[in-house]
Amino acid sequence: MTERAHLAVVGAGPAGLAGALAAAERGVRVTLVDAAEQAGGQFYRQPARPLGARRPKALHHQWHTWERLRDGLERHVSSGRITHLTDHHVWSVQRAPGPSFAVHALLGPAQEEGVTVRADAVLLATGGYERVLPFPGWTLPGVVTAGGAQAMLKGGLVLPGRTVVVAGTGPLLLPVATGLAAAGARVAALVESAGPAALLRHAPALAAQPAKLAEGAWYAGRLARHKVRVLTGHTVLEAHGTDRLEAVSVAALRRDGRIRPGSAHRVPCDTLAVGHGMLAHTDLAGTLGCTLAGTEGTAVRADDEQRTDVPGVWAAGETTGIGGAALALAEGHIAGRSIAARLDGRAPDPRSWAAAARSRSRLRRFFTALDAAYGPPAGWAERLTGDTVVCRCEEVTAGTVRTAADALGAGDLRTVKLLTRAGMGWCQGRMCAPAVAGLTGCPLTADRRPFARPVPLGVLAGLPDA
Amino acid sequence: MNPLELARARPGEAFTVLFDDRPVPALPGQTVAAALWAAGVTAWRSTRGAGRPRGVFCGIGVCFDCLVSVNGRPNRRACLVPVQPGDVIRTQEGTGRDDD
Repeated sequence: MTERAHLAVVGAGPAGLAGALAAAERGVRVTLVDAAEQAGGQFYRQPARPLGARRPKALHHQWHTWERLRDGLERHVSSGRITHLTDHHVWSVQRAPGPSFAVHALLGPAQEEGVTVRADAVLLATGGYERVLPFPGWTLPGVVTAGGAQAMLKGGLVLPGRTVVVAGTGPLLLPVATGLAAAGARVAALVESAGPAALLRHAPALAAQPAKLAEGAWYAGRLARHKVRVLTGHTVLEAHGTDRLEAVSVAALRRDGRIRPGSAHRVPCDTLAVGHGMLAHTDLAGTLGCTLAGTEGTAVRADDEQRTDVPGVWAAGETTGIGGAALALAEGHIAGRSIAARLDGRAPDPRSWAAAARSRSRLRRFFTALDAAYGPPAGWAERLTGDTVVCRCEEVTAGTVRTAADALGAGDLRTVKLLTRAGMGWCQGRMCAPAVAGLTGCPLTADRRPFARPVPLGVLAGLPDA
Repeated sequence: MNPLELARARPGEAFTVLFDDRPVPALPGQTVAAALWAAGVTAWRSTRGAGRPRGVFCGIGVCFDCLVSVNGRPNRRACLVPVQPGDVIRTQEGTGRDDD
């Protein structure tokens, strides 16, 4: 074999792109494997090409960064250094002797046929997805995740409805509310459960990032321009409607997490875009045997070079802990440089990525503070009525989940699942795990999922021997 | 303002698909979910247990709430599947299979 060492990058969002570009620029042959039709990930999700968007920039922030990534990718694809496999849904990465790796993907959108990419090293840049904590009515059509509303807008140029309430907690709510308003939705309210006091407590750490403060001020200006009512220290108590959303009840939270008496009021809307922060996709890393770390044991542990503890496997971006696109870029860049050196049999010189490392430390400190300021709304679990569906796939209620823990003594998510089916359905617990953990007091641990997505039996049967 | 105007889109020619026997316009490049949203439809599945309506929730292929039957095949994620001219889209009842 005279071929240059070969890197497989899973995920074409900011982290994966930065890693692929940094490695390719240093001579590594890269295969970029991604589920979407176009690169960008969730953050830089592009409108589908046939929609002919001549100003996709209007849907995005930090467009120049995207242009740099996109142009770099095009350059390396035309030179043959990077192979970009679109519509490839990776369901497992396997270690093979060599050492080498087999990256197994399903070809979309049908996802009935499999394909395997062999590589000497793997960069996991699988990103994250949104955490939504349940409340009565959250399964009604018209209730969508905040990120989902944004993804449908960016990719399909559609709105979920005419009158939207954006609610939950976290920095994502700002671009979602301003984005929907700019696209013509009436945003009736932005309901953020963190109060001004919580944000002030972490002010020093937050103020250490002037660029982020400026971003916050910019969003505040946009919200004012679109006349969006901003309610901090408030929460959505319930979504109302029979077969689709008609209104939400909103109330003020006291500092102890209780509802301020008399503060509940109804806001008519046909859409609720709701989210309570993000979770990392860790399935591929878990199956490979990478140690998962983070505050809740739900992110991939990586060292200063972005290496996991499995030789030959690197990780960058949200999968190593939620921190946004700028942090993902820094981590991806470092990973790509480390991979290029290590595949060449050299130890890399960390001084060569000192700027990226500084930005990585700064952004991690910032997001730790942000995380502390934007906790889930206190008291949400106590307010959940017994008949509220918690596991959306298997339609398991809060009452059933509570019984599993209180009466039957389940002490971990797996036992709750075996007793109640909560987490056993199509989504494999990705949606309900944080809620089940919060309701039962069980620790939120990343579930081991040997298949990161449903795989047809025929594809498994057709796999070559490793 | 609407999203197409905001992004100054010049989409390809619109076509028609059937949703529960009713014609619905769609644009090339849109997913099944996007076309249904644009037509004001937000639910296209009823759950196996309580028979409750569902549609898009996560919008990025993770939650499987938006499962729908397309051209006789059940359990397609509407938020991922691109809509094609002539598609026959049906509300998915339960598992979407006869053995339900």
